[in-house]
Amino acid sequence: KQWYQRRVAITAGVTAASKLGGPVHALVAGDACQEAAAAAAKIPGIEKVFVAESDSLKGQIAEAVSAVLLDVQSKNNYSHILANGTVFGKNILPRLGAKLDVAPISDIVEVKSENTFVRTIYAGNAVQTLESVDPVKLITVRGTAFEAAADEGGSAATEAVEVVVNNDKSKWLEAKLSKSDRPELASASIVISGGRGLKNGENFEMLYTLADKMGAAVGASRAAVDAGYVPSDLQVGQTGKMIAPDLYIAVGISGAIQHLAGMKDSKTIVAINKDGEAPIFQVSDYGLVDDLFKAVPEMINSIDG
Amino acid sequence: KQWYQRRVAITAGSLGVVTDGVKHSMNPFDENAIEEAVRMKQKKIVKEIVVASCGPSQSQETIRTALAMGADRGIHVEVPAGTDADLQPLAVAKIFSKLVEKEKPDLVILGKQAIDDDANQTTQLLAGMLDWPQGTMASVVNAADGRLTITREIDGGLEDISVSLPAVISADLRLNEPRYATLPNIMKAKKKKIEKMTPENLGVDITPRLKILNVVDPPVRQAGEKVPDVSTLMEKLKEKGHL
Repeated sequence: KQWYQRRVAITAGVTAASKLGGPVHALVAGDACQEAAAAAAKIPGIEKVFVAESDSLKGQIAEAVSAVLLDVQSKNNYSHILANGTVFGKNILPRLGAKLDVAPISDIVEVKSENTFVRTIYAGNAVQTLESVDPVKLITVRGTAFEAAADEGGSAATEAVEVVVNNDKSKWLEAKLSKSDRPELASASIVISGGRGLKNGENFEMLYTLADKMGAAVGASRAAVDAGYVPSDLQVGQTGKMIAPDLYIAVGISGAIQHLAGMKDSKTIVAINKDGEAPIFQVSDYGLVDDLFKAVPEMINSIDG
Repeated sequence: KQWYQRRVAITAGSLGVVTDGVKHSMNPFDENAIEEAVRMKQKKIVKEIVVASCGPSQSQETIRTALAMGADRGIHVEVPAGTDADLQPLAVAKIFSKLVEKEKPDLVILGKQAIDDDANQTTQLLAGMLDWPQGTMASVVNAADGRLTITREIDGGLEDISVSLPAVISADLRLNEPRYATLPNIMKAKKKKIEKMTPENLGVDITPRLKILNVVDPPVRQAGEKVPDVSTLMEKLKEKGHL
């Protein structure tokens, strides 16, 4: 049996779980879960959705969620527990690994068998195949490596989980989320990404304008985030988000290995940089050596609407 | 943990990555962790900083760097060179939990992820073993009244949590700007004590649970073409169906 742990919308992790064979159950945890639970129940391939709804799970705080996971695991004895390789999944699953005394497996890109998985190391510069000898496999899944599951067609049963959590050690206070009408960076089909070449946060406005014309999300290199041009959740790279959109347009980004790690699986890569020797041109399908402050406004003007 | 700084070369027999002759330096996230500890000591929030590293004899250099940045003493848990690549996060967390039993710290700060295996697990594993609260991907840490308020970098932005002490946190890159060790401090660090021990001394079994079957190069992405101007670019993108 596998158990897939979700928080919100559709993810590729369900696809990974289904490759293991056997029934797939999902857990939705938080202080207000009904919408997420209903969405999970509609994903084909999921047989049952456990719903753990309680104020003690507000903000999906790791100490509380892992306690619920431990409880459900002790009653159901799953062979595999998966979560998305997002900050959410990475924060919680290894804590559960400590409780179960098993080695978590981070950010898999392929399932070879029920105990053999593939992941990358050294910022994607090497690909590792590993085998787990643990009785329960705890796995986080890289979303870009698996087909997204459909969001209609399933009709899983939902089951409420009694949440008894004694967590006096941590408290979720508040979230400061980036508000945007644009597509989510992790799943957008087009991403326009800016680097240090943008020089300041105000200049990112033209990327937002171009993104809106193309229905794209906006990302950034670590350099741009460190310099304070944009918030941290836009960061694409080894220590930020790993994405693989249909089209990735890198503007004023030099193409350091750590950045490439986060976007080199994109289907089409475009690079705009005034330095013709920038490493980004070694991975781009279309490279434009030009001043971005000239090229980006031209791109904006060339799109109708 | 160590940071391997170089383009990687896969060993013949494909079980690992060549590390002979590669300069080892401190994992960048660990630098942020040590810097945070030193700042807390400067603010008198913390009295003593103990830095620990698990690895081969080269780990001592990394510990000395931490001592030069401002840590007070070091612990080197030695793992023979060659087998250190087998040292996995679960084993490292177990070693650290034994050190915690010994040293009884109020706070453990680790780097968010090691840039060799990119796992991002050790902090969470350690916190789970100790049943301490965790604050991962920390970009701001404030201490008051025996609690820490932590701002974390999360998928959609930032979140704030409050944890009681003792706690385990992992440093993200933007937590601080790590200092360079000055020459006088490097000299002073030579006199600071580094205690040596082995996983066996601590009663920890470090046998890996994850068996590496092979390690290969990733598929190489070929460079495409250069386009002369924006209108050519937009044409190509239209042809490909992106516009």
